Amino acid sequence: MLKTLSRPFIPKSSGDFARLGVLLALAGLILFGALRYDNFISPFNILSFLRYNSMFALIALGMAFVIITGGIDLSVGGVAAMASVVAAYLSPYGWFPGLAGGMIAGLIAGSINGLIITRMRIQPFIATLAMMLAAYGTALLLANNQSVSVSYDTGFTTIGQDDFLGFPIPGWIAALAYVLGWIFLERHPAGRHVLAIGDGEATANLMGLKVEKTLFGVYALSGLLAGLAGVILASQFGAGQPTEGVGWELFAIASVVVGGTLLTGGSGSVGATLAGALLLAMVFNILNFENGLGWISLSAYWQSVIRGAFLLVVVVLQARLMKKTEA
Amino acid sequence: MTTIDTSAPGERAARLNMAQFLSRYGTFAAFILLLLFNLIVTPNFLSWQTLNVNLTQVATIVIVAVGMTLVIATGGIDLSVGSLMAIAGTAAPMIFMGKLLPIENMGILIILSFILPVLLVMAFGWFNGMLVTRFSIQPIIATLVLFIAGRGIAQVATNGNLQVFKNPEFQFIAMGRIAGIPAQVIIMIIVAVLAHCLIRYTVIGRQIIAVGGNEKAARLTGIPVRRVKTFVYIVSGALAGIAGLIVVARNSASDANLVGLGMELDAIAAVAVGGSLLSGGRANIIGTVLGAFVIQLVRYTLLANGVPDAAALIVKAGLIIIAVFIQQRAKG
Repeated sequence: MLKTLSRPFIPKSSGDFARLGVLLALAGLILFGALRYDNFISPFNILSFLRYNSMFALIALGMAFVIITGGIDLSVGGVAAMASVVAAYLSPYGWFPGLAGGMIAGLIAGSINGLIITRMRIQPFIATLAMMLAAYGTALLLANNQSVSVSYDTGFTTIGQDDFLGFPIPGWIAALAYVLGWIFLERHPAGRHVLAIGDGEATANLMGLKVEKTLFGVYALSGLLAGLAGVILASQFGAGQPTEGVGWELFAIASVVVGGTLLTGGSGSVGATLAGALLLAMVFNILNFENGLGWISLSAYWQSVIRGAFLLVVVVLQARLMKKTEA
Repeated sequence: MTTIDTSAPGERAARLNMAQFLSRYGTFAAFILLLLFNLIVTPNFLSWQTLNVNLTQVATIVIVAVGMTLVIATGGIDLSVGSLMAIAGTAAPMIFMGKLLPIENMGILIILSFILPVLLVMAFGWFNGMLVTRFSIQPIIATLVLFIAGRGIAQVATNGNLQVFKNPEFQFIAMGRIAGIPAQVIIMIIVAVLAHCLIRYTVIGRQIIAVGGNEKAARLTGIPVRRVKTFVYIVSGALAGIAGLIVVARNSASDANLVGLGMELDAIAAVAVGGSLLSGGRANIIGTVLGAFVIQLVRYTLLANGVPDAAALIVKAGLIIIAVFIQQRAKG
């Protein structure tokens, strides 16, 4: 079932159809926005869209790897919140300690997930659910239940707020992560191992693949990326926020699924995950523009209803296509 | 994934016995230990007020966790319970405050505000069941849809506003007492007893266990697997709905943003601590009730002794991991 081996892109399987679908939907949504709203294609909207949504894209990337192995990581929102607090505390010492501190905090949380899953053999969804609680608990303890201001003197806020070559720095970070992620999954042996494990752990084991090490690495990576997202969060909004990140894991899972990655593992694509994340984020962007037009007034609460509906449509389609390919 | 156990056979058997012992009596032992600890350490623990606070707080966890036990017994999971609580808890005040139906008679409105919200979330439970059975979508993802969208529906219906009310008839479900016992505690007991009898003495109860134990074998022996699975999601929805009504009645207010928030975690934790395997095939209702009590007592113990709420979260996380670990060890 290593479907992603087939390239160039000719839809052959359900996953490929879904991937084609998400690209078409994204293109359609952009076209719709561009035709309907005056400033949709303005540099301001595009750049602030990318600046804000880079955090979610990073988390979705980590989630894609986890889901490809057949697992799930429900702790990313809590880990990002914890990392944002750690980064905020370290920001007076310079931008680098802030960045490194947040990422290390995420890495530690992810590694604990990995250990609990591989050593104690506890189902990923329970292990990471518990980590979500623990990470929020740690974040709130560290921050004394308040948000923690970052230092504005050390350049820490550059990470989230400034541009490099006219492009938001969070956008650069996310782009780089996705390029590395793509190379890793498609071109690196260890990336192929990730796919093989998702296809069947027992088989991968018999093939002599280092299943436990790879699984551990995948959860550690997801934690690291969640930590990075937390750093960007703190830097962009000027504060470490121990209660932020609620529902991020769902956004990430939805992005991955909308991107055509099968939740049963063994197949998936980094590029389509990015498209899925952008698609879900754009739903919200368009909603804002639509409200701006004044014809309708949909509250922000519609966001979750629409996201849920999106997820529903995609999983139902996926299930249908899966049945057809099996038949 | 296989590991080679290098320890001596005797040693391994001893470890297994220990795990089995903990699995069987661990929850009960933890419960007793927590009680003893509180009697010694927590000031004023032995009072009616403490009992009252703990019983009323644990009632909603137990009610939802019983439904979760049935779902988990079939090898599924229901992440949508918190959101369904919010939907029911939002719909009920809208009904008895006359916002939804053009009925003047308060008595009928009150009755409808109990029945309709629960029927509504039962329909959502049926929807979960359909996704799982007809479309073969994994339960985590199928119920994730309503986990995301369900609270959104409740928020959209109220535009995120708080509904404040004072309605003794409706609030009887949380404030009322029958023979001195809080009504919600009575509901909790009824729900737990019914579920226990369902699992022990009815055909569908045995079918639930069979489906979770080995779905293929269950199908081959003629068990209507789809119907059984849909049934547990509907029950889980209905119980979440009742819990939602209790929560808003207790608070005299309904906040769609908060009702049932995080309840899925508490319910899953209660099931895990209570000794049902999360992979299905077992439903220990008494264990789940005990599990819910342990979780409630841990929270109470920490808060009553000045440990911040945040630290209580970390303790709960550790508790879940240890409980699941022991269950798996005991299985062999």
